[in-house]
Amino acid sequence: MREPAGAPIKKPSSGYQLRVVQEVLLALLAQDGSHGYELRARLQLALGPLAEALNAGQVYVTLNRLEKAGLVTSERVGQTDRPDRKVYGLSAAGRERVFEWLEDTSWPKPAPAEFHLKLVAAAAAGLADPVRLVDVQRHALLAELAGAQRTALVEPDGSVAGLLLEGVVLRLQADLRWLEECGRYWTETKERR
Amino acid sequence: MSAIESPQRAGTVLRTHALEKDYGEGEGLVRALDAVELEVNPGETVAVMGPSGCGKSTLLHLLGGLERPSAGEVWLAGGRVDRLSEKALARLRRRAIGFVFQAFHLMDELTALENVELPALLAGGSSRAARRRAAELLEHVGLADRADHLPSALSGGQRQRVAIARALSNEPLVVLADEPTGNLDTAATLDVLRLLDGLRAAGQTLIIVTHEERVAATADRLISMRDGAFVEETRLTRGSTGRLSELTGLEG
Repeated sequence: MREPAGAPIKKPSSGYQLRVVQEVLLALLAQDGSHGYELRARLQLALGPLAEALNAGQVYVTLNRLEKAGLVTSERVGQTDRPDRKVYGLSAAGRERVFEWLEDTSWPKPAPAEFHLKLVAAAAAGLADPVRLVDVQRHALLAELAGAQRTALVEPDGSVAGLLLEGVVLRLQADLRWLEECGRYWTETKERR
Repeated sequence: MSAIESPQRAGTVLRTHALEKDYGEGEGLVRALDAVELEVNPGETVAVMGPSGCGKSTLLHLLGGLERPSAGEVWLAGGRVDRLSEKALARLRRRAIGFVFQAFHLMDELTALENVELPALLAGGSSRAARRRAAELLEHVGLADRADHLPSALSGGQRQRVAIARALSNEPLVVLADEPTGNLDTAATLDVLRLLDGLRAAGQTLIIVTHEERVAATADRLISMRDGAFVEETRLTRGSTGRLSELTGLEG
């Protein structure tokens, strides 16, 4: 399949690129200076099993970019028996950016419109039974729910990554509830005909 | 039905063929189950979902010998059960099937431990062996310290865990669960989910009827019903974290 124009090119072997990585790194530097390895470890802790597929070099590349943009400062710290280490700190501009991010209330959008229109169009054109489309879609989401839940169930109690997985589970549940409503609506519509 | 095909297929623990169930008659006849073909392998967890009135509970009742089909066959471990005498059916239910119900169905006047050991005693086991097994099962569901409590002194989630322990008392071939989390809050639901997932991992054959997505998601196989018939079936494979990072919005 062709990638849509403008979409990021994914290289599966190198892992996924974390969204909002700039903001997260800046926020993690707000209290104390830190170096790339430690920042990466803190991200891994927050993401638990989801960090496995994280792109390995992204943190370092991003820190370089942030430095060029003047959002972080760096200092070389010598180590015995090892090469120097770069310790990063937040600049005033970086601090401003962190607060903008914290106050931003935009929310990644759920996407019921596409599926909704698919059902309407399928029914109108007699292309497919909308109830059947709902059943198939429900099973696809349930398979995803199963994956998320199994990953969540093996997280220890009180795990911060478990909280993230719970977010995925609840969101899929909400989508599934909506599909149930779609199923009800289109079943009744069919019976009325 | 193909005449060559043997109804008893190797490797299948529970199987139905052309299963039908009607309620009422004449004008008021309702077909609750229609031509249901189900095969469950040993150690498999199957979840059956569908809107209320789709026939999923009726299916469970027929599988467990609580009701008899109007037509078709139910086979358990190679034996046909839908034509057994009442007496033989009752014995089979006690020995080979564990039931978990939405409303727990514990005996109010018996302690948790006594509830769990009851099926073993009814099946004719020694009281000492029954007690030992019951204590182990209560330990397994995390309620060893509640053994002497009456059901009225337990929370809903604890009562359901006792009911699950009881269902396992006779090491049943199959556990049949009807809306096992239907009466539970989120925290108690999670406890029951962990237990069900543990049973699945331990290789217990399990059939769960549920409208709850999280419960269905613990299964190996998922079946959706509408109007008394199977309409969709999916095998749930182990989750991969690759797609999860997209679902969490981590991936940009």
